[in-house]
Amino acid sequence: MLPIAFEDATKAIQAFLLSGKEYVCLMQLHGEIPEKRVSEVFQEFTGKILQKPPLRASVKRAVRERMIYAIDLLEIEERSVLFRIACQAGTYVRKICSDIGEVLGCGAHMKELRRTRAGPFQEERNLCSMYDLLDAQNQWKEEKDEQKLRAFVRPVEEAFEFIPKIHIRDSAVDAICHGADLAIPGVVELDRAIETATPIVVMSMKGEAVALAKALLPTQQVLEQDRGLAAKTIRVIMPPSTYPPLWKES
Amino acid sequence: MKEFPPWGITRETVVKIDADTSAGLGYNPYARPIDLHMRFGMVNLDKPAGPSSHEVVAWVKLMLDLKHAGHGGTLDA
Repeated sequence: MLPIAFEDATKAIQAFLLSGKEYVCLMQLHGEIPEKRVSEVFQEFTGKILQKPPLRASVKRAVRERMIYAIDLLEIEERSVLFRIACQAGTYVRKICSDIGEVLGCGAHMKELRRTRAGPFQEERNLCSMYDLLDAQNQWKEEKDEQKLRAFVRPVEEAFEFIPKIHIRDSAVDAICHGADLAIPGVVELDRAIETATPIVVMSMKGEAVALAKALLPTQQVLEQDRGLAAKTIRVIMPPSTYPPLWKES
Repeated sequence: MKEFPPWGITRETVVKIDADTSAGLGYNPYARPIDLHMRFGMVNLDKPAGPSSHEVVAWVKLMLDLKHAGHGGTLDA
């Protein structure tokens, strides 16, 4: 499962990196442990955990909190443990395996890892193969039929399925496309669960992605206030002049 | 203390003001003209086992005549 973004959609990739993930992992225990005990320890690792990124990571190596949404034991055979884990972006499954091994007492290491989900992108959903893409492209180029291409190539907005959104007026769009922060008067509709610093997507009323942003206020305050800034623009996705520059007037 | 993954939460929105959007500006993401559709498009590719993600992206670029493309990483943990 490899999500690939085209042209301007590549600007969305950083939001993608922040999305929750799911993996199937094969862990090798260094001793024999009863299934019941393994399940117990999996329970202990569900919820908030602390992790320090490994030497090879490109992030600052400070201990940080990560959220493990679920760990499900799939199969256990002697010292091999197959499990599924759903976790916050930036969680090191390799480290979880070695930490689980420590808690179990015998030690353990990650043997194999497969990512089965990244935000809205899943393995189970109909993936597009290279052949599908070639076929779709040919159908468009040679027969002027766009249907397959539109079926396989998804709008970048689908990458934001689980990210809180703020929808803005047409007149506010172009300013954001120039990098301006989002002012409260431009807000039409917003997700109920936004808090300060929540990563969000600013969208037009048609549902087009305008920019990736970070909330400066919780939803309630944006609803109550008439002025001030609602969000800080982080990455503009929509090109300027898609919507007219009405902000230049007055 | 268990928390639900992002895909397990139902998101709700609240409307602040009543506003319309002009039909002549921008596009519904599902109704973009094909050139724009591709410009703001993404695929979830069933990556063949042998080549690297980088190689696969290079092929896709050639195949679809794209100037830029990027992938979301196969394993980032």
